[in-house]
Amino acid sequence: MRTKRLVAMVVALLLTGSACTGGDGDSQDGGITLRFQSLAWQEESIDVNKELVKEWNAAHPDVKVEYVQGSWDSVHDQLLTSFEGGEAPDIIHDASDDLADFAYGGYLADLRDLLPERLKSDIPQRSWETVTFGDGVYGVPFLQEPRVLIANAEWLRESGVRIPTPEKPWSWDEFRAITDELGGGDEDGDGKYGVAWPLKEPVSATLNLSLSTGGQLFHRGSDGKVRIRFGAGDEVVPRTIHDQVNTDGSASSSTLGSGGSDTLPGFFGGKYAMVPLGFSFRQQIVQQAPKGFEWQVLPAPAGADGLTQGVSPQTLSVAEDSPHKEEAAAFIDFLLQPRNMVRLALGDWMLPTGTGALRDPALRVEEDGWAIGTALARYLRSAPAQSVRGYPEWKDKVATPAFQEYYSGAIGLGELRERLVGDGNLVLARYQR
Amino acid sequence: MKTRKSARAGQYLALLAYLVFLAFPFLWLISTAFKPPRELGSLHPTWIPKDPTLANFRQAFDEQPLLDAALNSLIAAVGAAVIAVLIATPMAYVMARHRTRLARAATGWVVVSQAFPFVLVIIPLFLVLKNLRLINSVPGLIMVYVVWALPFALWMLVGYVRAVPTELEEAAAVDGAGKLRTLVSITAPLLAPGIVATALFAFISAWNEFFFALVLLKTPEKQTLPVVLTHFLGAEGVADLGPLAAAAFLATLPSLVVFAIIQKRITGGMLAGAVKS
Repeated sequence: MRTKRLVAMVVALLLTGSACTGGDGDSQDGGITLRFQSLAWQEESIDVNKELVKEWNAAHPDVKVEYVQGSWDSVHDQLLTSFEGGEAPDIIHDASDDLADFAYGGYLADLRDLLPERLKSDIPQRSWETVTFGDGVYGVPFLQEPRVLIANAEWLRESGVRIPTPEKPWSWDEFRAITDELGGGDEDGDGKYGVAWPLKEPVSATLNLSLSTGGQLFHRGSDGKVRIRFGAGDEVVPRTIHDQVNTDGSASSSTLGSGGSDTLPGFFGGKYAMVPLGFSFRQQIVQQAPKGFEWQVLPAPAGADGLTQGVSPQTLSVAEDSPHKEEAAAFIDFLLQPRNMVRLALGDWMLPTGTGALRDPALRVEEDGWAIGTALARYLRSAPAQSVRGYPEWKDKVATPAFQEYYSGAIGLGELRERLVGDGNLVLARYQR
Repeated sequence: MKTRKSARAGQYLALLAYLVFLAFPFLWLISTAFKPPRELGSLHPTWIPKDPTLANFRQAFDEQPLLDAALNSLIAAVGAAVIAVLIATPMAYVMARHRTRLARAATGWVVVSQAFPFVLVIIPLFLVLKNLRLINSVPGLIMVYVVWALPFALWMLVGYVRAVPTELEEAAAVDGAGKLRTLVSITAPLLAPGIVATALFAFISAWNEFFFALVLLKTPEKQTLPVVLTHFLGAEGVADLGPLAAAAFLATLPSLVVFAIIQKRITGGMLAGAVKS
């Protein structure tokens, strides 16, 4: 009797979840339905995206957009499978450093003839470079975040150090001297440090910051092949971090393997005067900082090339298989109208790429460091490694362990150079035969 | 005597240490789920939240369709467990009782198939399901989970079947029971703990599975809990920790409840005294 009941329950459950496959892009009333897979994940950001979809649907009854919640976790594998299976969303939210394989694989539509002139001219060329692969443009870069220094304002004020601004930033040497002055960690006996570098992902952080000192690392020759050279410009940032940790003791060695969030308790607890973090981390700081904790946003140190930094913006692309590319591009254009781009930027605590949006007063307030971030926008460039084939393997097998060992003091600058260049070029060569 | 007592004490101590090791993440998850954001960023975290709050749960439910996802997960996990057991039990009986070269090869293949990585099969699998019009459907997902759980379920059950003495089946045959009657009335009840353990394995595997669900389910109303939980994660592993902990805590409960209900059935000793040796 009990068994029969159990079987009946299972059958009922299975029937409840009976198949119901998705549409093919055309709704029953003859209109078009586009699927927009968004990777928004913060409450405000999800709300803004859904509101914008609702506004579009109200204004375009014949072209309905269906909001699909995606996630950053495993997005590459999920998209690859969807592309291969012919089930990709029409409009795809991703990041520019994830697009190369999809662009070269023919999965994404070339947007050059699909986007209106307004949008093309609103976003600067340096941002378009992040989504240009070969001759085509395969996404619209719309949100980006520089790496900034989040500082304990009270600590800095009491120490009397010069506060940097986008107009007069610290040099890398000055930064090193100031962190040494602010806290020498265990050498001072108080366990307080001038800076905590969260370098769980040491490669992208180092390479992107090294643009400020003229570090390119990847050099494309006249034959079109990319080779690695580790010159004087590439040394400054890694050497500064290494010396802060191993020579001055002004940077905590325990955070080298941490993510940004892991350093926040120590920052709030007064262990670190500064933490270099992505601009969007301000949202977590606003949420989690103890009452009365004073913090401020400072520009990252500048080098021979000023405040230049590498970034991989968030992007919106159109699937090559989408039967409604024009409509999908029109929706992207709507989503990225200056006023809408501002809403998206505020929701994600990031900077918009559009020049129109960047002029918005909401992004120029002093509160929460918005004005500092906005002032840095014009210095942001395409991350140096973005168009290098074989970069992921080089990063995982060569660069990450080499940087980790160098920052922890296990190897010197000579061996770091040897491994990045010698082993690195062997890896890249396999992708460029 | 003294030596045996100290050995026993050592065993209990080791067991206690293991229990603490296992329980710590879960207890920490519960603690985190009830903490307000300012306590999450504290340099001196406490086990008991100073200002316990339900805000994380409210936010988790407001932001994501957790109940729908839980129902989808439940359907997928129960369906996969039941079907896997229904298919694996007779197969395991045949493989255990008829030790032919084919059965041995099949057992070997079952073990080898466990080594296939998900990524290797996902695209062909996606295409097969697409042709069957089972993409973005829970039954399609159940089918995948059954196929994925079957080898291990089979391997587990073969061991259980071999533990049932053939003398019992022979005795039933002598008493006039047919093959089917013997299986249903004699062998199956003795296999109950094994079947329950296998079903539990299949249930938990399906309940926790993320990658197939992520790739095969497209629309929000079809997604399962592990997929919905990742919506609290940002790029580069940044997390909305409070709501994530709240949702993860709720997602863990059904597994615990199911295990608590059926764990007493997974007991040995049911065969004690069945055969005089």
